[in-house]
Amino acid sequence: MTTLSGIIFIIGKAFLLALAAPFVSGIIRKTKNCMRMRRGQGLFQFYFDIRKLFSKDEVISKNVSWIFFAAPAVVFTASVLALLMILMVQPGSFTSDGMAILIAVFFVFGLARFFLALAGLDAGSSFGGMGSSREMFISSFAEPAIFITAFVLCVSGGNSFKVSNLLALFSVSMAVIAETSRIPVDNKETHLELTMIHEAMVLEYSGRSLALIELASHIKQIVFFTILSWYIFTPQVPGIYAWAIFPAKIAAISIIVAFVEISLAKMRLFRAVDFLSFSFFIALVASIAASLGL
Amino acid sequence: MFSIFPKQLFLVDPLAVFFLIVIGLVCVPSAIFSIGYMKEESRRKKAIGWSLLVIFALSMCLVVTAGNLFSFLVFWEIMSLASYFLVVSDFKHEKSVSAGTIYLIMTHAGTACIMAAFFMLYNYAGSFDYNALKEAITRLPANFINIIFLLLFIGFATKAGVVPFHIWLPYAHPQAPSHISSIMSGVMIKIAIYGMIRFFITILGPGPAWWGAFILTFGIISCLVGVIYALMEHDLKKLLAYHSVENIGIILLGVGTAMFFWPLGIAPVAALGICAGLYHLVNHALFKGLLFLCSGSVYKATGLRDIEKMGGLIKVMPATALFFLIGAMGISALPPLNGFVSEWITFQAFFAGIMQAQGGAKFFMILSTAALALTGGLAAACFVKAFGISFLAMPRSARAKEAKEAGFSMKAGMVIMSGCVIMFGIGAGFIIPPIMNISRGVIGADSVRGSFYMVSVLPPLIAGVLIVSGAALFLWFKFGMRTKQVSYNTWDCGYYRTDSRNEYTATAFSKPFRIAFSFFLLPYRKTEKIRDSFYHVRKFTYETHTTMIFKNYFYEPLARLVYSAAFKMRKLQPGSIHLYIFYIFITLAGLLAFASLF
Repeated sequence: MTTLSGIIFIIGKAFLLALAAPFVSGIIRKTKNCMRMRRGQGLFQFYFDIRKLFSKDEVISKNVSWIFFAAPAVVFTASVLALLMILMVQPGSFTSDGMAILIAVFFVFGLARFFLALAGLDAGSSFGGMGSSREMFISSFAEPAIFITAFVLCVSGGNSFKVSNLLALFSVSMAVIAETSRIPVDNKETHLELTMIHEAMVLEYSGRSLALIELASHIKQIVFFTILSWYIFTPQVPGIYAWAIFPAKIAAISIIVAFVEISLAKMRLFRAVDFLSFSFFIALVASIAASLGL
Repeated sequence: MFSIFPKQLFLVDPLAVFFLIVIGLVCVPSAIFSIGYMKEESRRKKAIGWSLLVIFALSMCLVVTAGNLFSFLVFWEIMSLASYFLVVSDFKHEKSVSAGTIYLIMTHAGTACIMAAFFMLYNYAGSFDYNALKEAITRLPANFINIIFLLLFIGFATKAGVVPFHIWLPYAHPQAPSHISSIMSGVMIKIAIYGMIRFFITILGPGPAWWGAFILTFGIISCLVGVIYALMEHDLKKLLAYHSVENIGIILLGVGTAMFFWPLGIAPVAALGICAGLYHLVNHALFKGLLFLCSGSVYKATGLRDIEKMGGLIKVMPATALFFLIGAMGISALPPLNGFVSEWITFQAFFAGIMQAQGGAKFFMILSTAALALTGGLAAACFVKAFGISFLAMPRSARAKEAKEAGFSMKAGMVIMSGCVIMFGIGAGFIIPPIMNISRGVIGADSVRGSFYMVSVLPPLIAGVLIVSGAALFLWFKFGMRTKQVSYNTWDCGYYRTDSRNEYTATAFSKPFRIAFSFFLLPYRKTEKIRDSFYHVRKFTYETHTTMIFKNYFYEPLARLVYSAAFKMRKLQPGSIHLYIFYIFITLAGLLAFASLF
């Protein structure tokens, strides 16, 4: 993995995945629209949105400090870093190195979240503060489940027919829904003051900064979907089979997420705690099952 | 055979040297900082402050290099007393005095337990020397070792601020001058961890596995309780003090893992646990020291400790803000800084434990993992609050608006420490091998290889990518784009103007956490409305508080009990000398009877 060709290979894959990231969000939105019997926007709409944002002027609050300008760069870089790191992991055969990288990925997302939350407070608007507070709240409750399921994944190696793996898959899906700001925890489509979480935090952003943040959130989503995909039929040896099956898995996950979004209502903020504690307890059960070798 | 005078005066092994380095890393920058911080004090106060500081630092050095129980205890006591006088250095304030009293009582209760344990050890070993103790341990009955363990644990846990013995920490640390808080929180409480490693592992160890489980349990409780209280706290220095409770918990998770796995015969995992604990220990010393110095700089400039009254400080105190941000990133375990590396190694130790342990041990490790993950998330939230509310947005008070940047020597102290915070993160590859050596010396086995290759490679990689990509984005935005930036008001829903009263407050920020943890915090509120008429409220006050359950349900009843017992005891002392002679006689008779019977 340390050879030059290996590094170039990883960077190439990361580039492809980053390029595909808005498309995954497009699939989710398209699926939702289809189910709502709407025509909706095309699959590539997010690319157009980002291009449009990059060419727009920015409006910046008078109260902000350098944190506000640094945050989009940090968030974007951290997401790309997480994507690179996730590709260094060999799913199916976890070594201690792989495990260490997987944990570090969550920390890198922590870095992005920290700066975004600070930027939310920087403009001095109540919305930003509300968003920051809620984002930190939700994510800190999602964290335990994510860490425990990562351990289960390493023990079970993504063998789908193990009880522990299935439970972990269930648990981590709930946590991933929270992390990627999806219904029932958060809703990306709304800008209603009282319900938004992620969107409230980035309310003051416009133009290219917003474009970077949006791109980063697409990339974060694909990273979490990739982690989720490791729980489902992970081949022990990577090969052409993995190449073919991986996009299919990501597409399947997106469609399932769309189904979940369409069939549930957004929860009250404090119900999200119950949601995430449920995910945590499932993760605990999964870990017990894993230690029993099930 | 029984010799009072110890043969082994000093013991300077790698473990002691490690602690000496930690002491130096925090004390030197704090001392430099104090030049500027104490500038306006009177000559006399400066002289006393400096001499106490020197005595304090020296006594800590001597505690960790002591080679026998007797000198350990003497220097331990000097350390406690020096820090007590430093806490009450602002003795005209009633708060300082009462904080000092709480500290003095707690620390002496702890020292009493340590003393009892030491005398029990001495009784069996016939010597105060560590070496002699180590040989004598094999002769000790298991029950005695367990009692010694519990007594020592209470003693050291009181000093370290482990929940439920943490009660003095949020009082004493904020009242001391900031450079002293930095040393107390950064180093002094770590000396107790030194005591735990020295006595539980190198002298008494390997004890039974339940010792490890015991330490892990207290570690889990400490880190969660510490961080939850910190989230509710809006006094900057108290908030930092509660984070010390949390971080001591994280250190104990590492040390506890070691104590848990060593007797189970899985020494490599134990060595990794020690490694994680020690690394987090030095990291916490660095970033907590730095954060206390920054809070001192803010206090010096504004006279404020309540973050609700700060705000916008990043514009008037840019350097302090940057240093605080570095410290906050370190403590929130954000890559590539130092807190990230040590928490990462701690997780790896847990993981190695899960892979190699059997049954219940596995489950214990999983619970620790969950606790550490939750703590990490909450700590990050808390520092978003601490930094965001106090340094960002608009100033919330006139004092915050007129603040001035710290002077040169204060900045110098903070620069050294932030440099260390960064270096201990990015340069983890250079820090790990010496710490591995220490843990090898302590446990007597090599640690599992873990993923030290990744630990040394990833942080510089992350730092490099962040810098390169940040620079590239900056240049692209600056020169490669034709779009403009327009400065305008913060979006205010169409109202004509927003000011600092519309900002999100720290109380509001922590509200979701207050509700989620309401079963533990038991929050209550007081509201008061002053009305002109039924329709018009002239004034509305709103307060929200949380119940300090350890204080309200344990320490206060205990204090009341002690007081009422003391009042009853008073009857024994009517002032008559005849009665006192009678007491002496009775005591003497009692002692004689005791000596002849046993």
